[in-house]
Amino acid sequence: MEKRVVFRSAWLPYVLVAPQIAITVIFFFWPATQAVWYSFQLQDAFGLKSQFVGLQNFVHLFRDPVYLNSFRVTAIFSVLVAGIGIAIALLLAVMADRVVRAAVGYKTLLIWPYAVAPAIAGVLYAFLFAPSIGIVTYVLKGLGIDWNWIINGNQAMLLVVMAAVWNQISYNFLFFLAGLQSIPRSLIEAAAIDGAGPGRRFWTIVFPLLSPTAFFLLVVNVVYAFFGTFGIIDATTQGGPGTSTQILVYKVYHDGVKASDLGGSSAQSVILMFIVIVLTVVQFRFIEKKVNY
Amino acid sequence: MTRISRNLARIALVAALSAGSASAQAQVEIQWWHSMGGALGEALNGLANKFNASQKDYKIVPTYKGSYPESMTAAIAAFRAGNAPHMLQVFEVGTATMMAAKGAIVPVATVMANAKEPFDPKAYLPTVTGYYTDLQGNMLSFPFNSSTVMFYINKDAFKKAGLDPNKAPRTWKELLAAAEKLKASGQECVYTTSWPSWMHIENFSAWHNVPIGTKQNGMGGLDTEFTINSPLHVRHIAMLSDMSKKGLFTYAGRTNQGDAKFSSGECAMFSGSAGAQAGIKKAAKFDWSINFIPYHDDVPGAPQNSIIGGASVWVMGGKKPDEYKGVAKFLAFLSQPEIQMEWHTSTGYVPITQASYELTRKSGFYDKNPGADMPVRQLTNNVPTANSKGLRFGNFVQGRTVIEEELENAFAGKKEPKAALDDAVKRGNEILRQFEAANK
Repeated sequence: MEKRVVFRSAWLPYVLVAPQIAITVIFFFWPATQAVWYSFQLQDAFGLKSQFVGLQNFVHLFRDPVYLNSFRVTAIFSVLVAGIGIAIALLLAVMADRVVRAAVGYKTLLIWPYAVAPAIAGVLYAFLFAPSIGIVTYVLKGLGIDWNWIINGNQAMLLVVMAAVWNQISYNFLFFLAGLQSIPRSLIEAAAIDGAGPGRRFWTIVFPLLSPTAFFLLVVNVVYAFFGTFGIIDATTQGGPGTSTQILVYKVYHDGVKASDLGGSSAQSVILMFIVIVLTVVQFRFIEKKVNY
Repeated sequence: MTRISRNLARIALVAALSAGSASAQAQVEIQWWHSMGGALGEALNGLANKFNASQKDYKIVPTYKGSYPESMTAAIAAFRAGNAPHMLQVFEVGTATMMAAKGAIVPVATVMANAKEPFDPKAYLPTVTGYYTDLQGNMLSFPFNSSTVMFYINKDAFKKAGLDPNKAPRTWKELLAAAEKLKASGQECVYTTSWPSWMHIENFSAWHNVPIGTKQNGMGGLDTEFTINSPLHVRHIAMLSDMSKKGLFTYAGRTNQGDAKFSSGECAMFSGSAGAQAGIKKAAKFDWSINFIPYHDDVPGAPQNSIIGGASVWVMGGKKPDEYKGVAKFLAFLSQPEIQMEWHTSTGYVPITQASYELTRKSGFYDKNPGADMPVRQLTNNVPTANSKGLRFGNFVQGRTVIEEELENAFAGKKEPKAALDDAVKRGNEILRQFEAANK
């Protein structure tokens, strides 16, 4: 039987949700509307003159090969960050779940990197892998690898992916571990009695039961790769060399804040907004259907 | 309390507050936003304190607002919100953006004329004034800290390679020959550079007397176009790409990352700001020298003169006449040869008036610090031409990024040098057209 709690008062519920609505309107809807408004305008840096130019900012963007390349870079970057991040975290979680002695110690250590802000993670990696003074560079040189991400675009991409993944693994790990611990032991034991090895037990029982967690993490990680990694990029490559690590959100920042091109930058953030809306809808409408809850 | 008495109390409070601020306003405060961190910031505060101590009517309040792009962004945001500072230090690449914002700024020449402060633009080095003056000859911003790009060599590394340490390469041909020998002597990083666009495109063009853009490098109008894909530019970038491939040139990054590579002894030759001297003096455990930047000796007219970098002080619009008087007094104070000399010798920035250069020379500073006058001599090597006066491109923060991106593509071997520079011109011109349209 359905049980419903109903507010007697006509206005109390509205008062209670008002702060939340106010925050959403002031910090989300208002700036978003402004971005849409600016994206149709051409302004000088000081806002002394502005003209309505319709879709011209968007036309400019889609004619710009560098902007189109930024899409490709963002796609590669997101797939790598989300894919590698989830895979490693799953592996670590499965391993940590099997550890009996000092389990708390392992788990705590694995969670630590999440306490590091992305910008700091970026600086750490920039130091470790610095082309002339980095410790890792020194080791790589000993192995005969010429490591210089300042000029090598693929190495720069590798660096930001590593930093982003490292920073996000703990978060993924935490959710996978919780997911693993909520799987009833009896299921796994029953399978073991039926003669299923560890690999088979994982793929036919554990993994399907983890799929809601994995799906949730996929959404979170893609959003993280799109937006949360800004600090890492800014602290290491700043989009370079060339445009090899210039993801969409970094270009928005550079064009808007550093180069004072408000119209172009706003048009980019409007496009970004649409991408996120579409991604979210796709993920929930289509992928979620295939997930066993 | 009744409503009336409450209102009365409120009025009294407001009156008391405004009286308080009125007495504080006996001394006019002038806000100055700048980007001089560390030792440079201390030198700047020293100037402000000296001025504040010299008179009672005005008080300069300097505020550090982060890097050049950061403080410019902060000032733009403040202007949009209606509370811009009185003075703002803007780096040279932001010049065109400031200049086009006619309602947001007041030309320095106007500020000085209105306040009847003596001010002679001709007292400044022509390479410096050229950068900040409009075609009618009005000085729009006050040149504050100016540097230029110089060429440094590690004398110890030269000795080790069997080269004459007192003969720094003067031409790119000589540099290449020296580079081969340095490489052969086991030098891992032979040549590197800071500020690649400033050195290898902007100053390279001025030094060889070729245009960076049409319309006198953009000074003659907003309808300018980049011309950095000329055969000479392509040849130079191709040479660097080739050096990069052979391990004779190590790319260090877009800003001053090259400085540390030289001062640590990793790289034997290096081009970077004249301002890098202070850091090298402190860190280098080897003998080094500062020299003119190399040139291609088969180019007629080379070497011409190099152009400046650094920043100037802009006066923002919409302030009270009394405040402008204070600004004018402060700028007149800054123009004095003694003050200029103090700034020049304590920071390493070039002396920007002829008088302060003479004064510094007479003081014997250059005898004690050999090479300290090289930047000025390079800037004044010849009378500046339309190609070497400076440059003025709208949104050049963005434009410079485009150039640097394409240079990186060329150095990494991802694009042919010609294709990279063609793309830089194409993308750069789009930014210029955008700026032109926004500032019509």
